[in-house]
Amino acid sequence: MTDTLEPRLGWSRWRRSWWYHAKTYAHTWRGSVASTILFPIFYLAALGVGVGHLVTKHTGLVQGQTYLHFIAPSLLATTAMQLGEGESLWPVLAAVKWIRNYHAAAATPLEPEDIYVGKLTWVVTRSFATGVVYTIVIACFGALQSWWSLTLPFIAALITLAFSAPLIAYAATVQSDGSFMTIYRFAFVPMFLFSATFYPLTAYPGYLRPVVQLVPLYHGVALARAAAFGQGAWGALLCHVVFLLAMAVIGVTLGRRTLRRRLVD
Amino acid sequence: MSYALGLHLHMSNDYILEAQDLVKRFGEISAVKGVSFSIHRGESFGFLGPNGAGKTSTMRMISAVSQPSSGTLTIFGLDPRTQGPEIRGRLGVVPQEDTLELELSVRQNLEMFGRYFDLPRGVLRERATELLDFAQLSERANDKVDDLSGGMKRRLTIARALINRPELLILDEPTTGLDPQARHLLWERLYRLKREGVTQIITTHYMDEAEQLCDRLVVMDHGTIVAEGPPRELISRHSTREVIELRFGTDSHEGRHDQLAPYAQRVEVLPDRVLLYVDEGDDTLRQLHAAGVVPTSALVRRSSLEDVFLRLTGRTLVD
Repeated sequence: MTDTLEPRLGWSRWRRSWWYHAKTYAHTWRGSVASTILFPIFYLAALGVGVGHLVTKHTGLVQGQTYLHFIAPSLLATTAMQLGEGESLWPVLAAVKWIRNYHAAAATPLEPEDIYVGKLTWVVTRSFATGVVYTIVIACFGALQSWWSLTLPFIAALITLAFSAPLIAYAATVQSDGSFMTIYRFAFVPMFLFSATFYPLTAYPGYLRPVVQLVPLYHGVALARAAAFGQGAWGALLCHVVFLLAMAVIGVTLGRRTLRRRLVD
Repeated sequence: MSYALGLHLHMSNDYILEAQDLVKRFGEISAVKGVSFSIHRGESFGFLGPNGAGKTSTMRMISAVSQPSSGTLTIFGLDPRTQGPEIRGRLGVVPQEDTLELELSVRQNLEMFGRYFDLPRGVLRERATELLDFAQLSERANDKVDDLSGGMKRRLTIARALINRPELLILDEPTTGLDPQARHLLWERLYRLKREGVTQIITTHYMDEAEQLCDRLVVMDHGTIVAEGPPRELISRHSTREVIELRFGTDSHEGRHDQLAPYAQRVEVLPDRVLLYVDEGDDTLRQLHAAGVVPTSALVRRSSLEDVFLRLTGRTLVD
């Protein structure tokens, strides 16, 4: 039993963690696939077609778009944010505290940084795949008007990255999930509602607009909208991308440290 | 004869792990305060000690997971500060909690964990089959781990730790919470691994387990090593051959110490009974009867590792 078969050290260590997360998901995915496809259909039917009918009747077009076209990209952006939240809080706390499977991983050749990067890249991968499905559904509703909309899955991935990186970093530091619900209620839900998701930024009074522009999801929504419509100022787009990337960079910097501290003391 | 001696000397220098003055500090608190030990290849080495003695911190350091605050540690001749991944690739670790993937099947748990070591799929499939047999879980291979009993989960955790065919297996309280049948099965499996040459490091709260499994052990208390040696040797060094347990009805036992002291090497007065540490229990008992000391019950037994343990680490509860 002790003859050591040389491990085939082909895969870099973080990729093994990515693979492990992917494989775990693959064994338990059935429920989430149906919802990935059905949710955007329900959403666009209810809000885009249903509410959109009223909006069009009363105010006509929104920023030159029908209401369905206007909210379809923000659906993709908010979903990408929610995927980042859902995957990065409870599952990470479970892995470091309840089930402790990250501790098991830390006893193998993997370093905590490998586990962090593997987890983050897996969540981003899943977001990209979800982005592809959503882009197709949105296209089926006829809400895409530009070749730029092919970048929508990448935008979804970027949004998820921006949220997931700092959230994993945070989840690795807590002892209980008490604060998670607070974050949901006072950060995620308001962000979902007020990031110019359901109406344009111009609906806000002038003094509130700069405040909304500091909200992370606003930048995701703005990017997705620009891609779907194929319009937008390069300077503003760059600003959105930089904002989201900055969140990711800060998150990764912190997360590599917090997960190391949690797993390796 | 000289060949055998030479071989023996060679073996005794073949350390798989060497620790010198290991210290682990967490802020102001020192969990481990300078411990030294060496473990031979093929040996089963035990760590005993009450809660908070520094066992788990020591285990984490020798698992190449946490770094020593000071001191030197070599595992397989490598330095865990710089060669952690290499060392961990050759280790098997059985943690106190099972840390299994509850939603996945028994076989998936083994094969997926093996991917952390970057082992090819074909090899993993083969080894998983072999380990399922070893852990007596072949019939449950496709069941969800969530549905397994505690003993089965424990065996699976041990099987999982063997997926990379480790040279050194580290077991942190491997049988805590198991029923006697499950414990004996586990001991038998660990003994089999030992025969196959796997070096083992074990922590346990069960003294009978330590006597069964360990060639050599250390007793830790308050972050230091207070005794080291083979179990039998520790017993003869730190206790007498036999122990008499006397009970005297409902009386307070407090006055008994001075009365009994002349008859034993050591007398220990406990709230419910008095322990006499002696070499020949029956002889002493006869002397006591002759002297008119009549307990309500008297039990003569062999000294055990538990006596040594309690002597060295005290009877006070540590939390």
